[in-house]
Amino acid sequence: MNARGPLADAFLSALIALGLFAPMVGLETHVGAHGIALAPRPLAVAALVGAVFVLRLAVRLWQARPHRAAAGPGAARARLAAALGGTKRFLIPTLLAIAVVMPFLASRATIDLGILMLTYVMLGWGLNIVVGLAGLLDLGYVAFYAVGAYSYALIAQATGLGFWSCLPASGVLAALWGITLGFPVLRLRGDYLAIVTLAFGEIIRIVLLNWVSLTGGPNGISGIPRPTLFGLRFTMTDGPGTFAGFFHLAPSPTHRVMFLYYVILGLALLTNWVTLRLRRQPLGRVWEALREDEIACRSLGINVTTTKLTAFAVGACFGGFAGAFFATRQGFISPESFTFMESATVLAIVVLGGMGSQLGVVLATLVMIGGPEMFRPLADYRMLIFGLALVVMMVLRPRGLVTERRPSIMLGAAARAAPLALAAEEVG
Amino acid sequence: MAAEDAMPLLAVRRLGMRFGGITALDDLSFTARRGEITAVIGPNGAGKTTAFNCITGFYRPSSGELSLTRPDGGSYALAKMPGHLIARRAGVARTFQNIRLFAGMTVLENLLVAQHIPLMAATGFGILAILGLGHYRRAERQAVEKAKSWLERIDLLARADDPAGSLPYGAQRRLEIARAMCVDPVLLCLDEPAAGLNPSETAELGALLLRIRAEGCSLLLIEHDMNVVMRISDHIVVLDRGRKISDGTPAEVRADPHVIAAYLGEDDESADDLAPEVVP
Repeated sequence: MNARGPLADAFLSALIALGLFAPMVGLETHVGAHGIALAPRPLAVAALVGAVFVLRLAVRLWQARPHRAAAGPGAARARLAAALGGTKRFLIPTLLAIAVVMPFLASRATIDLGILMLTYVMLGWGLNIVVGLAGLLDLGYVAFYAVGAYSYALIAQATGLGFWSCLPASGVLAALWGITLGFPVLRLRGDYLAIVTLAFGEIIRIVLLNWVSLTGGPNGISGIPRPTLFGLRFTMTDGPGTFAGFFHLAPSPTHRVMFLYYVILGLALLTNWVTLRLRRQPLGRVWEALREDEIACRSLGINVTTTKLTAFAVGACFGGFAGAFFATRQGFISPESFTFMESATVLAIVVLGGMGSQLGVVLATLVMIGGPEMFRPLADYRMLIFGLALVVMMVLRPRGLVTERRPSIMLGAAARAAPLALAAEEVG
Repeated sequence: MAAEDAMPLLAVRRLGMRFGGITALDDLSFTARRGEITAVIGPNGAGKTTAFNCITGFYRPSSGELSLTRPDGGSYALAKMPGHLIARRAGVARTFQNIRLFAGMTVLENLLVAQHIPLMAATGFGILAILGLGHYRRAERQAVEKAKSWLERIDLLARADDPAGSLPYGAQRRLEIARAMCVDPVLLCLDEPAAGLNPSETAELGALLLRIRAEGCSLLLIEHDMNVVMRISDHIVVLDRGRKISDGTPAEVRADPHVIAAYLGEDDESADDLAPEVVP
């Protein structure tokens, strides 16, 4: 490709653009007097083809610019990685601080968006255990989200228990489903595992849709109890037993939204804390080893079966927590909320963030969930810009936003001083 | 070195392995004695790696028995054990012909994963350790110390925090052996450990293997490099086309006309005509 001149290359690109845009943009349908009529739009096509030509030429010329010394793109990338490592030190506390104070400063709509994003962060962190650490490609993560949501809704309706009493049960039930799914698919790897998990996600949704006597089918379940703060309810009155009444505040719907925000923030941080702790322990380390080489794991006496099951169960458990939160936040759930699109979005967050990176999940959620909301004023063009942004990002950072892996244990300074001596030996 | 009365550690009896119509191993019997280095040699396709995979539980043999003597005098029937228990309970660790390290993880992490079983037992199913309870910290310190002692032995202490995949080839081979040794095996099975090493690395490898034997671990070794095999082995088993054609000390095997025939590609009839004197 580089053998062709930039001009010829740009011309070829323009030709392809012409072929694509001539029918798609160049012909507009009008509802005329005698049915639908076609109106040609040559100017629009010419403008697009011209833009493609100019852009392609610019890209080629930029690529062909003389490289500075021997540095090249490798060194530039290393510098970028170092800069990212530096920013990481204050990026995490900054993000956390913004997350904590945000509800006091932002509008209600922004807090709602914050809740949505934190839900996806939590789901992303949960799936990161399965996909990022253990390397098991799971396309049906939404199943556990649905199990958690329906578990909470059904248990709460049957027993009258509140959110906090039902939350552990939702997590445990989702984990049980994780193990149930895990058993038959343990022998599968990669693409095959992905297909089976995808099917599992759909099975759960279709069962929820058709088991009308239990789940209400497409009508869903409504009137799910809202969460309380140590028994204090969030209502529009300031009577006894309500949040506003206890703290002598004017009743406001914002209180509940803010409370929900902090609940999901807490749950997400719990997920993160558990994952980070597990990563530094034998279980987390063996998950990563499993991702690297399953056969070698077996040769070291590691039971691959149970290790995979623990990854499925822990990931599913956090998916279940997130599902219970979703149910209590919405007050209403139906199978429509648990489509394959959700699994795909969460998986995209994990992959885009960089497999196994906790910070990557947060950044990717900002892009994937925050991005489309930010571009909402651009109406129809927002999905175009969103798609373009994703393509550009995957071209620039093909292995995800955060690719560096932090070792789970370091030997320390004494050992790190020695490599210099070794390097000197190699040079000398 | 090879004591005639050494205890048998691994007994392979009438081992057979068929893949569809292909017979990879046919009625193979040999023993590996405790405290010895037993080498399995033979031309390409002789069934050496198949035998290894049967012994280490990666294949289930079509016929025959594999028994490993337990310290208390009983024995493990390896052919009937689930794969991961062969390493965990019977103490048979192995390396691979094409190195299988956890390439993205650091050298130290590789050695800690090998000590997963004792470490996991100390974490109380992971729950106690998440909360910082239990004696996990002490167990981890001990595991790191053990890893460090192995890193010193294989001269990789300085690279402990580097990804295993970034090491030079020879170092990766040594690391894989150290990782297998962190399982505390009674029998270490090495599949072509000298493949791709330069002469000085091969010499170091020989010294390392002799040291492992001196510390009480028995070794079973597949190797093509005859210098290594003849120098360090106590006992050699020669395979050809799935059968054992010779078994004995290096000197005996070197003088066996069947072995020479197999390596030079002569057929069995002419092997009998070959005089032992022509052996280099």
